[in-house]
Amino acid sequence: MSDLNAFRDETRDWLEANCPESMRTPMSQGDVVWGGRKVEFKNPDQKLWMDRMGEKGWTCPTWPKEYGGGGLNFEENKVLQEELMRIKARPALNSFGIWMLGPALLEYGTEEQKMEHIPKIVKGEIRWCQGYSEPGSGSDLASLKTKAEDQGEEYLINGQKVWTSYADECDMIFTLVRTGPLEPKHEGISFLLIDMDQEGVTTKPIKLISGKSPFCETFFDNATAPKENLVGGLNKGWSVAKRLLQFERNMIAGMGFGSAASGSSKKSDAKPTSGLATMAKRYVGEKEDKLNDSGLRNKIIDHDMNSQAFALTLRRAAEESKKSNQGPSAASSIFKYYGTEHNKLRYEIMLEAMGTKALGWEGAEFGPEELAITREWLRTKANSIEGGTSEVQLNVISKRVLELPQ
Amino acid sequence: MSLVLNEEQSYLKDTARDFAKNKTPVSHFRSVRDSENPECFDREIWKEMASLGWSGILIPEEYGGSDFGVAGIGVIFEELGRTLTPSPMFSTAVVCASLIKQAGNEDQKKEYLTKIASGDITLAFALEESSRHSPSNLETSAKIEGDSYIINGEKTFVLDGGFADFLIIAANNGKGTSLFITKKDAAGIEIKLTPLVDSRNAANITFKDLKLSSSSLIGEENNSDQIIEEVLDISRSVISAEMFGGIQEAFDVTLNYLKERDQFGAKIGSFQALQHRAAIMFSEIELCKSCVLESLTSFDEGSNDIPRLASLAKAKIGEIFHLVSNEAVQMHGGIGVTDEYDIGFYLKRARVAEQIFGNVQFHKDRYAELTGY
Repeated sequence: MSDLNAFRDETRDWLEANCPESMRTPMSQGDVVWGGRKVEFKNPDQKLWMDRMGEKGWTCPTWPKEYGGGGLNFEENKVLQEELMRIKARPALNSFGIWMLGPALLEYGTEEQKMEHIPKIVKGEIRWCQGYSEPGSGSDLASLKTKAEDQGEEYLINGQKVWTSYADECDMIFTLVRTGPLEPKHEGISFLLIDMDQEGVTTKPIKLISGKSPFCETFFDNATAPKENLVGGLNKGWSVAKRLLQFERNMIAGMGFGSAASGSSKKSDAKPTSGLATMAKRYVGEKEDKLNDSGLRNKIIDHDMNSQAFALTLRRAAEESKKSNQGPSAASSIFKYYGTEHNKLRYEIMLEAMGTKALGWEGAEFGPEELAITREWLRTKANSIEGGTSEVQLNVISKRVLELPQ
Repeated sequence: MSLVLNEEQSYLKDTARDFAKNKTPVSHFRSVRDSENPECFDREIWKEMASLGWSGILIPEEYGGSDFGVAGIGVIFEELGRTLTPSPMFSTAVVCASLIKQAGNEDQKKEYLTKIASGDITLAFALEESSRHSPSNLETSAKIEGDSYIINGEKTFVLDGGFADFLIIAANNGKGTSLFITKKDAAGIEIKLTPLVDSRNAANITFKDLKLSSSSLIGEENNSDQIIEEVLDISRSVISAEMFGGIQEAFDVTLNYLKERDQFGAKIGSFQALQHRAAIMFSEIELCKSCVLESLTSFDEGSNDIPRLASLAKAKIGEIFHLVSNEAVQMHGGIGVTDEYDIGFYLKRARVAEQIFGNVQFHKDRYAELTGY
């Protein structure tokens, strides 16, 4: 325990000395640092903070040191997160490499693949995107058709991916490709890493109902990738893909819950508050401290209670898997389904509270926060679709956890 | 607070699970119900439970208990809730034991707590006065007359009130709540049994010029509201654990039925319409589990969020027991509405348990008020 206290002191000192002041202020969506060759920093402190944290491996605190990670154990990482939260530090680096590809490579990659790719993820040198879905392969992902043909030294790739997040800003893409056209559909798929900086790869943004274009279509016309970029073995990509989807689902489920999940275990003297109720009071007023709309109040109560219950469940799952030293607990199977449905509901409640103030598309008559909430409400509709729809999640729970007959 | 059980708690839970499986399976509940014994429980079984030390779990060692804490007794109730085990343990060893422990003087603790721990006496808490939980609107009065108190009032939904050896009465003269303890057969007490839909024992009790000596007062006069609220939170948390046991059993039984029942040439569990509803229930049950554990451990680990966590647990579990008990009956089809089949018991138990110390809406309101809206 005293080791842990010493670690806390060291961490606190290091963060005090190395986290620039401007990186301890609230951030907006546009302030997220994704790294990569094409990165543009809005503020030099962003780069400083990313480089310092990357150098220490603390952008990926629990990854092994030999690949540039922080090498921290569960308890040390908890301390680090608490200390980061204490000074309200912004995340130094976000990326799909950190959330999805890195964990999968650590499990399935060869030594050479780990040495080549992991340190660049940790330091934010390469930004990755994900090429899974295709126009004809959504929920039925394994029917994908993009093919990679063996050309001796390299693979020749032809086909199209869709819903590639930020493809136009990324350097590399991890994809599922068909390498065994004659095999049963799950057994002819490989997991391949492809450089986006080549003539055979083009991207085209897709405009969403929110007006934004976080996703692209990605086209492969005789693109190439070296043989050593195949992860997990020829035609063995489906296992890697499924594992990676678990990481992705956990990431999507945890949106908006990160602080709630770790914060609720701590004792605090602060009076509990409700973000939704505080916001709703601004729009509909209050009477004797109670929200002046009993229907809306009841919806907020349900939502707040479920937020707390879900945050507790995230924490319980972490404690259970730590105690048993096994894989994810049964509880984790509900995260993607529950987290995304819950987040959608949150925005519906905000819209209900805001009334006509929630209906703006643009212009100075609406507050910037109002316009952002309206856009984000539209964005949340994709939460329960991307990374496996809610219906697919319920199928997974029925079959894998409840073991109901097929 | 920890959301996984420690060794001691796991041991208690395993013991309770074995006990419920071997001594009080649902068939035991059925036979007690069919025996038309007005007490609604089996005294031999209660003796065995007490001999396992369960009635003394919340009682300090100096009064013969084990002081294993709220989480310790909570995990036992979870297992007993699975098989609907009938016993006076909730009123006696949770509600009344906590009231005496927190408000009683040394003599009262020696007198009552030791006998609760040994299983020699049973007690009931006469609190409610209307069809909804409303502990801050009591009209039962306690008038001082010389060295005595004269109690007048009408109580309802007194759990175990039909047979308990002692009653703890909550009375209020408009200046705050006082607690009194009395033998059930004192002059001025009229007890009317109210057989409940779930075969739990309860009673309406009238006090007409009930004369009690000043030594019957537990705690300070007109100043027990805070203690009552604290004990109610312990009780809400423990009854939530019992309800959570019922939720799990009703769900498990239903899941097995989905895997066995054939219709249209297939197991009905292969139909997506049922699969998705089962998966949604599973998700909610996982959330319930976290709420119950967090609330139970909050007492023993000294949280400053105890009331809110108790309301979170009672409201969430109440809501999901509704959902699961309704779905359980529906998914069983015709046999689900027969008395011969056990699943209907859980539907009945869910509704009665929900009313104990505040229904879903009561606790939603309380949760919001404690959160500042």
